[in-house]
Amino acid sequence: MIRERHLNALVLGALLALPLWGFWAEAPFMITLATRAAILALAAVGLNLALGLGGLVSLGHAAFFGVGGYAAGILALHAQSFTPMMTWPITIQGTTSMPLIWLVAVVASALAALGIGALSLRTSGVYFIMITLAFGQMLYYFAVALPAYGGEDGVSIYVRNAFPGLNTLRPLPFFAICYVLLGLALLLSWRISVSPFGLALSAARQSEARVRTVGIEPYRLRLVAFVISGAITGLAGALFADLNRFVSPAMLSWHLSGEFIVLVVLGGVGRLLGPVVGAGLFVFLEHWLGGVSDHWMIFLGAALLLVVLFARGGLIGGLTAGSRS
Amino acid sequence: MVRSVLGLGAVLATFVTGASAEGLKVGMITTLSGGGAGLGLDVRDGFLLAVKQSGRDDIEVVVEDDQQEPDVAVQLADRLIQSEGVDVLTGIIFSNLAMAVVPSAVNQDVFYLSPNAGPSQLAGAGCHPNYFNVAWQNDNLHEAAGAHMNEAGFSSAFILAPNYPAGQDALTGFKRFYQGELAGELYTQLGQTDYAAEIAQIRASAADSVFFFLPGGMGISFLKQYADSGVDLPLVGPGFSFDQDILGAVGEAALGARNTSQWSKDLDNDANRAFVESFQAEYGRLPSLYASQGFDTANLMISAMEKADVADMDAFREALREAGFASTRGDFEFGPNHHPIQDIYVREVVLEGDVLTNRIIGTALEDHTDAYAADCAM
Amino acid sequence: MSLSLLLEQILNGLQLGVMLFLMSAGLTLVFGVMGLINLAHGSLYMIGAFAAAAVAGATGSFLLGLGAALAAAAVAGVLVETLVIRRLYARDHLDQVLATFALILIFSEGTRWLFGSFPLYLDIPAPLKGPVTFPGGFAYPGYRLAIITIGLAVALALFWLIARTRVGVRIRAGQADREMVAALGVNIARLYTMVFALGAALAGLAGALVGALQSVQVGMGEPVLILAFVIIVIGGIGSIRGAFVASILVGLTDTLGRFLLPLAFGMVMEPSAANIVGTALASMAIYILMAAVLVVRPTGLFGAAT
Repeated sequence: MIRERHLNALVLGALLALPLWGFWAEAPFMITLATRAAILALAAVGLNLALGLGGLVSLGHAAFFGVGGYAAGILALHAQSFTPMMTWPITIQGTTSMPLIWLVAVVASALAALGIGALSLRTSGVYFIMITLAFGQMLYYFAVALPAYGGEDGVSIYVRNAFPGLNTLRPLPFFAICYVLLGLALLLSWRISVSPFGLALSAARQSEARVRTVGIEPYRLRLVAFVISGAITGLAGALFADLNRFVSPAMLSWHLSGEFIVLVVLGGVGRLLGPVVGAGLFVFLEHWLGGVSDHWMIFLGAALLLVVLFARGGLIGGLTAGSRS
Repeated sequence: MVRSVLGLGAVLATFVTGASAEGLKVGMITTLSGGGAGLGLDVRDGFLLAVKQSGRDDIEVVVEDDQQEPDVAVQLADRLIQSEGVDVLTGIIFSNLAMAVVPSAVNQDVFYLSPNAGPSQLAGAGCHPNYFNVAWQNDNLHEAAGAHMNEAGFSSAFILAPNYPAGQDALTGFKRFYQGELAGELYTQLGQTDYAAEIAQIRASAADSVFFFLPGGMGISFLKQYADSGVDLPLVGPGFSFDQDILGAVGEAALGARNTSQWSKDLDNDANRAFVESFQAEYGRLPSLYASQGFDTANLMISAMEKADVADMDAFREALREAGFASTRGDFEFGPNHHPIQDIYVREVVLEGDVLTNRIIGTALEDHTDAYAADCAM
Repeated sequence: MSLSLLLEQILNGLQLGVMLFLMSAGLTLVFGVMGLINLAHGSLYMIGAFAAAAVAGATGSFLLGLGAALAAAAVAGVLVETLVIRRLYARDHLDQVLATFALILIFSEGTRWLFGSFPLYLDIPAPLKGPVTFPGGFAYPGYRLAIITIGLAVALALFWLIARTRVGVRIRAGQADREMVAALGVNIARLYTMVFALGAALAGLAGALVGALQSVQVGMGEPVLILAFVIIVIGGIGSIRGAFVASILVGLTDTLGRFLLPLAFGMVMEPSAANIVGTALASMAIYILMAAVLVVRPTGLFGAAT
C-alpha cells in the first residue's frame, strides 16, 4: 500500500509529465487532453470544498462553471468586436486579458454562489440536492434565452485570450497556466482544510448540534464554503472557455454537474487530490473507452455503479487503504 | 484510439490503404447519439456511400460522434487536426456546433465542407476561403417558404420557431420574402415537447395558414398534437420538418403539408435516380435530405481530388470552387462566399403505397443565393 | 383574448399538471418511505414510453401498449430495486445520487443500443382522436381530456390506497418510523420493493400517455424529472397531497406563463422583442415560483417541519 502523500506527488508528477512527453513526441493532442483534465480537476477541487469538507451535495455546480465561462466569453466577444459591454451609467469595455477575465469570472460566480447558496442552504439533505439542481437548470434556461450572447448557439472566442509574457495560443504555455492555477487552488484548499474555519466546517458536517453548542452558526460557515467553492469552479469555467475557444449553455447543463460529482467520487471524496485523480481517470476513460465502443457510456455507468456500491473510498481510498496520512 | 465507423462495418470504416502522396484524410464529426442522431447517421451514410462508389482507395474517413455537444465537437476537432492530421473536416449537423468548430479549424489550414449547418455568420463577415457549404445557408429554405406562401395566396400566416438563433433566423428569413400579414408570431422553448398552448393560440387567431420551423423531436411532437387538435389550417415548413427521418414518427398527421427543400427523392436527374436507388439498396431505407447532402459533399470532395492534390491547398481550393460534380439536386454552383446557388422546390407530403414521402409540386425560388454574400470579403 | 382561449390554456395547464403528478407521486413516495433520492426515475418514464410504442407498434393496440408500459416500468423498477437500490437505503444521499446517475447512463445508452437513435412512433388511440366539442362551441382534444381523467382517477386511487388500505397504513408507518415498522414484523424489504414498483409503474404510465403526444426518444425523461424535483420541493418531500397541489400549480404556472408573459410584455415593448423576453422569463417562471415557496416555507407547502 502506498502512503497518500507519496501518491499525491505521483499524481501531480504524472499530470505534468504527460504534456511534456506530448510536446517532446510532437503529439499536441496529449497536451490538450492533459489541459482538459487539469481544468476539470480545478472545477472538481472547487466542488470538493463544498462536497468533501462541507458535506454539501451540490447538483448545480455546472451553473458556476458556466457563469465563469460566460464571463470569459462575453468579455472576449466585446473586446473582439470593439463594442462596449455597457455605456450607462459607466462605460465598460471588453477585455482579452486573462488575469482580468479570471477576476471577473471569480467575482461573478462567487455572486451566483452567494445567491443560490443563501436560498438553498436554508434547507439540507435531499432538498438541498434538488434545489441546487433546479437553480442550475434555471440559469441554464436563462443562458439559452440570452439572444445577445448566442442563446443556445453560445459564443465563439476566435482567438484564445492573452496572458502577459506567454503565447497562450500554443498548447504547452496554456497547459502551464492551468496547471499552476490548479496547484494554487489545491494549496488554498489544503490551507482551508487545516484552518479553524475548515475544521469547524468539517465538524458541522459530522454533527451540526455539536458546532451549535460552541456558538458557531453552521449556515454562515457553509455559505462561505459554498461561495469559495463556486468561485473556484467559476475560474475553471473561464479556463474551459479558453481551452475550447467557445462557451455555450451546455456548460451549465445538469449532466455536467453530475459529472463533477463523479470526478470527486471516482478519486475519493474529501481527499485533497481526489478531484485530480478523478478528472484524470475520467478524461482517460472518455478518450480510450470512447474508442472501444459507441456505447461507452454504458461501461462508464457500470463502472461508476461498482465504485459506489463496492469501493467507497474511490481510487485513492483503494490504493492507500488503511494508511491514510 | 481512433473510433472507426460502424454501419458499413470495417470494410468501409477506414480506408487505410497505401498512404500515397495523393491520399486524403477526412475527419467527420457528426451527431450519432442523442435526439439529433438521425440526421448525423444519414449524412454519414450518404457520405460513405459516395466514397464507396468512387472506388478510390486513397480516401480515409474517420467518423466521430459529437453527441450534439459543442465542447465534445471542439475536442474532437482538436484531436482530428492535431493528432490525426486530417486534410478535410466535415459532418457537423447543428449550427451551434459549427460555430464552435469551424472558425478555429479553417484557421489551422484545414478545409471544412459543411454538409448541413449554414449559420449566417459564416456566410457573411465570417466567411473563409477554406470553408465551403454544400447544403444551404440557414435562411434559404425559410425564405423559399415565405415566397411559396405569397404564390399560394396565403395572406395571414401564423409563424412559430424555437427561441434560439437558428429559430430567430428562420422567422427573419421567412419574413424577408413573405408579403402578407402575420396573424401571430411565437417563439417556443428549445426542446419543448408540448405545444398545446401554442396550438390554442393558433386556433384563436384569424390565421389562414401556419409556418413553423421546429427541428427534430420538437417538430414530431408539434405535428402530432396539431393533427389531433382539430385545427385544420394548411401547414408550411422547411424541408427539415417533413423529411424522411421525421415522417415515420409523425405518421399520417403530416399528409398534405407543403415544405421547401433544395432536394427531393423524385428530382428528375441521373445522379439523383442512381443515388436514391443505390442508397435504398445499401441501407434498406429511403434517403433523406441529409443523406443527399452527405452524398453531395463527398462527391464535391472527390471531384476536387481528381483535379488537384490536397497538399497544394490553393489548387485544391480552386478545384472545390468549380463544383465539378454531378449533384443529386441537378444544377449546383458556389456563390462568391462559397455557399450554394441553387433552385429550391416546394414539396408535398404524400402516401406512396404505405410509405409517407415527399413529391415535388413546384419551384419556390430559382438560382437562389443568400442574403449575406455581400458582407463576405474574400 | 377570448374566454375560450383562456379556458383552453387552463385545461392545458391542468393536463400538464396531472401528467407531472404521475411522475412526482412515485418519486415522493420513494423518498418518503425509503429516504432515497432517485435520479433514474426519468428513465422509468422513458422505459414506459418505449415499451408502449414498441408493443402498440407491433400489435396495433394502444391498450396493450399501455399495459406493456406499466408492466415494463414495474419490472424495471423491481429489478433496479433488488439489484441496486436496496443497497443504497442505508447510504448517504451522495451515494444515492451517484448510483442513480450511473443508472441513467446505463438506461439511456442501453435504450439507444436496443432501439437505435431514431424516435419511435406512438399514435393516439382511434376513439380519442380529434377534438371534443362542448355545448357552446368550445373544442378540446379528446386525448388530452382522457389524460386529465386518468390522472385524476390515479390521484384518487392513490389517496384511497394510502388513507384506507393495509398497505397504506404500512406506507404511512414507514414514513413515520422505519425501524418501528420492521420491528412490528412487517416484511420491510417486500414493502420497499412494492412501493418502488408502484412509483415506477406510475412513471411508466405517464411516459406511455405522453408518448402518444410527443416523440418517443432517448433522454425524454430528463426534463420531466427535473420538473418533478421542483414539484417535490414545492409540495414537501414525502407528501402525496403536496405533490398533487404542486403539480397542478407548476402545470398552470408553466402553461399560463408561456401564454401570458409575452402578451404582458407586448403591452410595453414591440412584439418581436416582447416575445423573446416573455419566452425567456416564462422558461424560468417555475423556478422563481420554487424560490418564492422556499423563502416562505423551506420544507415546502405540505412538508413536515424539520
